[in-house]
Amino acid sequence: MIDVAHLDVVFGRGAAGFHAVKDVTFTVPRGLSFGLVGESGSGKTTVLRALAGLLGHIAQVTGRLEVDGEVLGRGRSRRFRRRVQMVFQDPYGSLHPRHTVDQIVSEPARIHRLDRIKERVAQVLEEVGLDTSFRFRYAHQLSGGQRQRVSVARSLIIEPTVVLLDEPTSALDVSVQAEVLNLLGRLRRERQLTYVLVSHDLAVVSHMCERLAVMQHGTVVEYLDVEQLRRSTATHRYTQQLLVASRGYDRQAIERFEEFSP
Amino acid sequence: MSELVETRHGVRAWLLASSPRSALQARCQRFYISWLAFFANPVAMLGLVIVAGLVVVALLAPWIASSNGVDPDLDARLQPFSSEHWFGTDQLGRDIFDRIVWGSRITLYIVGLVAVIVVPVGLLIGTVAGFVGGMVDNVLMRITDIFLAFPRLILALAFVAALGPGLENAVLAIALTTWSPYARIARAEALTIRNSEFIMAARVQGAGTVGILYRHVMPLCLSSVIVRLTLDMAGIILTAAGLGFLGLGAQPPTPEWGAMISNGRQFLLDQWWVPTVPGIAIFVVSLGFNLLGDGLRDVLDPKSER
Amino acid sequence: MCSIRKASAETGSVSAPLLEVEDLHVEYPTPRGVVHAVRGASLTLGREKLGIVGESGSGKSQTGRAILRLTGKHARVRARRLVFRGIDLLTADEATLRSIRGDRISMVLQDPKYSLNPVMTVGRQIEEAFRVHRKSSRREARRRALAMLESVRIRDPERVARSYPHEVSGGMGQRVMIAMMMIPEPDIIIADEPTSALDVTVQLQVLSILDDMVSERGMGLIFISHDLGLVASFCDRVVVMYAGRVVETRDARDLSNAEHPYTRGLLNCLPSVDAHRGELPTLERDPAWARDADSPV
Repeated sequence: MIDVAHLDVVFGRGAAGFHAVKDVTFTVPRGLSFGLVGESGSGKTTVLRALAGLLGHIAQVTGRLEVDGEVLGRGRSRRFRRRVQMVFQDPYGSLHPRHTVDQIVSEPARIHRLDRIKERVAQVLEEVGLDTSFRFRYAHQLSGGQRQRVSVARSLIIEPTVVLLDEPTSALDVSVQAEVLNLLGRLRRERQLTYVLVSHDLAVVSHMCERLAVMQHGTVVEYLDVEQLRRSTATHRYTQQLLVASRGYDRQAIERFEEFSP
Repeated sequence: MSELVETRHGVRAWLLASSPRSALQARCQRFYISWLAFFANPVAMLGLVIVAGLVVVALLAPWIASSNGVDPDLDARLQPFSSEHWFGTDQLGRDIFDRIVWGSRITLYIVGLVAVIVVPVGLLIGTVAGFVGGMVDNVLMRITDIFLAFPRLILALAFVAALGPGLENAVLAIALTTWSPYARIARAEALTIRNSEFIMAARVQGAGTVGILYRHVMPLCLSSVIVRLTLDMAGIILTAAGLGFLGLGAQPPTPEWGAMISNGRQFLLDQWWVPTVPGIAIFVVSLGFNLLGDGLRDVLDPKSER
Repeated sequence: MCSIRKASAETGSVSAPLLEVEDLHVEYPTPRGVVHAVRGASLTLGREKLGIVGESGSGKSQTGRAILRLTGKHARVRARRLVFRGIDLLTADEATLRSIRGDRISMVLQDPKYSLNPVMTVGRQIEEAFRVHRKSSRREARRRALAMLESVRIRDPERVARSYPHEVSGGMGQRVMIAMMMIPEPDIIIADEPTSALDVTVQLQVLSILDDMVSERGMGLIFISHDLGLVASFCDRVVVMYAGRVVETRDARDLSNAEHPYTRGLLNCLPSVDAHRGELPTLERDPAWARDADSPV
């Protein structure tokens, strides 16, 4: 479904250029949920944005990107936009402050000229667990979890096959996170979606994904199946360190933390 | 009596309901909440009353004025305030009150025409420049700078020399020299907005640049531009008055307030009301717009948005 | 009506608590009415690490600020008791409060960007933090500032002292904050989400610094966070807040035996690397929790 080969992303030019992503390669078969895990500056979000075609004018993107048989160039075709959608991290920033929920969710349907937009909006809002009373509210009248649901609804209304998720629950309270993760899991099963999920939280990634890539300083340090992660048979020391850190505060373990230079 | 209270409750309840059931209701609610915030500011309300007063007077001029304010009546020249002529008469015997009333239409016309030209042009140029960036931004901003550099009165003189004196030419001259700051304001807002996640989301959905500009960027830039416009109104009115004073704008016998001051200035010492009353009218309307603009800024300022 | 003290005996804290808070209320007037941010919270702090955990709106940050009387002009703070080492913070005058703030009770906030003065070098700010509370020469303050930067494990203290806040990375910025807050050698540090903006490994390293300092100097630490897992592993005791009330107070080791359904719900809904679960159990919020009486410590 998704084929990334030798992806390189450089921001800026020449000496001042910043090599955010270096030679990243991975494949995501149809229906899989693939995770990109890393700390800040690892390049994981940049990879996602390169896939989504959001870096066109800001960075030099080289390498081969192929989604559903279509090789991707600088821009993104309408067909691509119909098949690949994205959910963003910040529930407060990813919704237009002056648009109602109805406007936000119907916009992609309008852009792609779907029919029966009103019914589709009602249907997708119900699927994400928002009842009709939310339909004409503005973003600032919703809670963080509700906004993320709107974000999910917006990405699903045009029935994509791939959803890119950029830290979808990082800004949410823990109890709300559980609801949103369950929602995402259920939708994936029901619609047979392919997910690429970016997160710094190893627990979230291992819950949601079947396969993952650990990134650091712009490169992939290791590819793992979730089972390997659970059995702690990760080979790279960095992955092990992330795993230990995800388990909470352990004074002795922290002593053994290493610095990994780029 | 109880029925009236119920109706009021009905409308008010509709406006304050927590779950609006249509796009119209949602928009009305937002407007109502902004209105409540505006209403709480007495100074802003005063500004609104003055501006509303101007509009009402202009609309109802034929019924408020007793004469057409243009025909001379040489028997009643330079009369002071009286019950027949509330603001006295000018050097041609015309009732000043009536001339002020008819002149309000002209003031409104000037203000409206300038607004209608300046806001769309400034908004369009500014948002495109700020959002698209690069070469387009450079070119558009240099054009903006050129227009910013024109001195208003000189341009008006040039227009008059080329096209002949008249109110429309004066308004055009004012509009051409006023739109630049609006483009800058819109550009500044667009620059902050363009990196927002909701813009990225719109791109991911497949929205084109034009769609994003029209539906996402411009609505957010509009408030700053409108606030700036109301604060500028006073200046626009005064400039038009100044042009009228110089004889470059409205031509006699048109009751434009600035021209009235100009034509009446020789009477300032003995029949002071002839130039002073139109001066007061200009002052009051300018003040009204300033207060309104301040109030609007407090309500529409994105920083105070929840 | 006597408070139950067995918990404090188990954590081995010194007999007299550093801080006693009983029935704390914090209210804010807003255009829509009065908001009751904290409703009857009670806790005690000894020479230990106490965690206050809650989601957004739980009142945990407001509790921390109320202790330092930093809730802002319009807030109304009242409590049955708010005592720091025998000093009644409720009735203390502003001069006393000022001498306590920063010197004996310090606060570390989430983002150093907001707490550090952007136009002053880091070293200078740490020196100022010292000289505000102690009479000393510039040289002495500078010496102490550099020593402090070393104790928060900054490898090149001289260079960092000469930098400005924007030149310093997240993790280092937090260590600078800690250095600044520790230099007057306070009795209590209140840390409000001090590591939430940091990467997980950096987060733990910064916490280990706090940990060492707290135990070396016999200080009390109030650690406010939304991360229950982190608090459970880092702190000695945990206070769980919901809707402005304290719903549970427990030893961290004992958290798996939590009694309140909110705490149990929170613990259950966390995803973990080790457990493979289809659906995460979600929290069913019972409105009764917001009405329950808080449990005194």
